[in-house]
Amino acid sequence: MVVLLGAVFAVVFICLLFFIRLYIVVKTGAKYKPGNKGQIAVLVVAGSGGHTTEVLRLMECLSAAYTPRHYVIADTDRMSEEKICTFENSKQCSDSESQFTIHRIPRSREVHQSWNSSVVSTLNALRYSLPLVFRLRPDMVLCNGPGTCIPLCVAGLLLGILGMKKVLLVYVESICRVQTLSLTGKILYPISDYFFVQWSSLRDSFFKYAGKDGSTCKNTFL
Amino acid sequence: MKTVFVTVGTTKFDELIENVTSKEAHGYERLVLQVGRGSLLPTVDSCLHIRLEAFRFKDSIAEDMKQADLIISHAGAGSCLEALGAGKPLLVVVNDKLMDNHQLELAAQLHMDSHLLYCTCSTLIQTLRSMDLSALQPFLPGQPRKFATFLDKALGVR
Repeated sequence: MVVLLGAVFAVVFICLLFFIRLYIVVKTGAKYKPGNKGQIAVLVVAGSGGHTTEVLRLMECLSAAYTPRHYVIADTDRMSEEKICTFENSKQCSDSESQFTIHRIPRSREVHQSWNSSVVSTLNALRYSLPLVFRLRPDMVLCNGPGTCIPLCVAGLLLGILGMKKVLLVYVESICRVQTLSLTGKILYPISDYFFVQWSSLRDSFFKYAGKDGSTCKNTFL
Repeated sequence: MKTVFVTVGTTKFDELIENVTSKEAHGYERLVLQVGRGSLLPTVDSCLHIRLEAFRFKDSIAEDMKQADLIISHAGAGSCLEALGAGKPLLVVVNDKLMDNHQLELAAQLHMDSHLLYCTCSTLIQTLRSMDLSALQPFLPGQPRKFATFLDKALGVR
């Protein structure tokens, strides 16, 4: 009886500790400035197709301080790798040295996949995401909506909760989203450190829905 | 030579290809089709009233877009943004057989802001006949530099 009570107490204690850490990690994100220490390692979730094109447009403008760059693509994606290599090679001409790597993980959700099987395949993707993120230890994760973001962001969050490294989660909603947030966006909004949308109509309707003030720590741009 | 470029991206949209090749040309002399995964790949001689070229995929369709006087596209975000980025008049044909397509949201908004024309296969011919391309507003590209500036400041990059 005492052992059982002890076990229950331990589980409750660990859960409590977990949530306190989660709260601290999410709340202190805006104050964390990895740029002060030098270069920023970025994990870029390229996902597939249109998402890759869009995220590369954002990468185009980031300075050489964002080095090295680790790209993650879905293992069923054929086009993205080529796009990324073309992009990085053109960048190489302007920078003295370019450092990037490409990693593949299983897709967490194919288009039109049912919700139940999505949960299973997301857990499967998490199995690959955790070791990858723990090994790379990026300063920030940049993503813009493919389902693959979720396991990678969760892995980044876990690094922070365990106190191993604070990983900033930067989410940019796709330009396709004019009126409503994507499911990925809705899931990642509470845990992301910086959250961007590209249409003012979405900003207005969304912040009403979330009940938050857009000017605090989450930001939008056009 | 006045050219129309039709693109369906990586999708298949036979109904659109069928419609643009079957009707009269409305003053255009050359028709270039990118048919993607569609089952129709019209041959050069399948269309007598207009000079026709058709292909499935190319590494880059930028050159085709540059040469076109009008671009007819499916509602895919990538195709729409590329056409508008090329500064060409754009007519988006919505595939109404595809339900719950979130990409429509972007095309509809760009239509509301007068950056493109918008129709379905059944209204395509009528739209081509009555459209006023001069009413279209140019679409200014986004400014990812703003994102970079914000991030630099937020992350303390000097």
